[in-house]
Amino acid sequence: MKASQISCEEVIDHLFEYLDRELDEQNQQVIDDHLKRCFDCFSRAEFERRLRQRIAATGVEAAPTRLKQRIRDLTGQ
Amino acid sequence: MDRLYGTALRLTRNPDEAEDVVAEAVSNAWRRLEQLDDPNHLDGWLFRILHNTFIDHWRRKQCRQEKEVSLDEPETSDAAAFSLFAHLHQPFLLWIGQPEADFINQLLEQDLAQAIDALADPYRIVLVLVEIQGHSYDEVAHILDVPSGTVRSRLNRARGLLQKSLWRQGQDAGLTGHAKSKSGRVSP
Repeated sequence: MKASQISCEEVIDHLFEYLDRELDEQNQQVIDDHLKRCFDCFSRAEFERRLRQRIAATGVEAAPTRLKQRIRDLTGQ
Repeated sequence: MDRLYGTALRLTRNPDEAEDVVAEAVSNAWRRLEQLDDPNHLDGWLFRILHNTFIDHWRRKQCRQEKEVSLDEPETSDAAAFSLFAHLHQPFLLWIGQPEADFINQLLEQDLAQAIDALADPYRIVLVLVEIQGHSYDEVAHILDVPSGTVRSRLNRARGLLQKSLWRQGQDAGLTGHAKSKSGRVSP
């Protein structure tokens, strides 16, 4: 991918790989540069980023007291 | 502890099973503590053991249920290509509001958890490992013993299905279009 040639369609096609940090450094930079000058793609990227943050937050739940006790019993702590 | 339990809960969808997975993972980790070469890597090490423990549980459960021990992908409709942003974004409203940002802000934690839990196992597990745990595609491929391309395709479908489910929930809750102001929901 080249920064000057990449289209919005290509950016959207690779957006999740970009957000997942799965692209190589050069392609990561190409999309970074595109997002700096394309408000539509930037809006889409921000939307997906924010949704990911909300999804990631569901991975934290208060552990039940019973589980904490089980762990204490297991580890003798 | 809350992150271990939360991740286990998203993976198993069952509070009792999540407790068992965490307890077994911690027990395994405790027994193998001398294998931890750097205390700074404790978090990653613990979560790796948690994921392996979950996969063992999951496979044993599959055997008990006499189903094939595989992560074969169920049939899905074109929901896999669904984009929540495309359904919400209204460029002409740019200067008076951003419906897509409002939508995300008004989603409740339970809406998201419910939508994730509703995903079939192959999709949910990959989504949790990538989006909640932050693993790379190769790491997930290694954990699940599948090709990296399979991780990518499952992840794409998981995201499409999840976004479609959130869209439906949003419609039911009045979060889409002009109805959103009637929902009475507040931003987290």
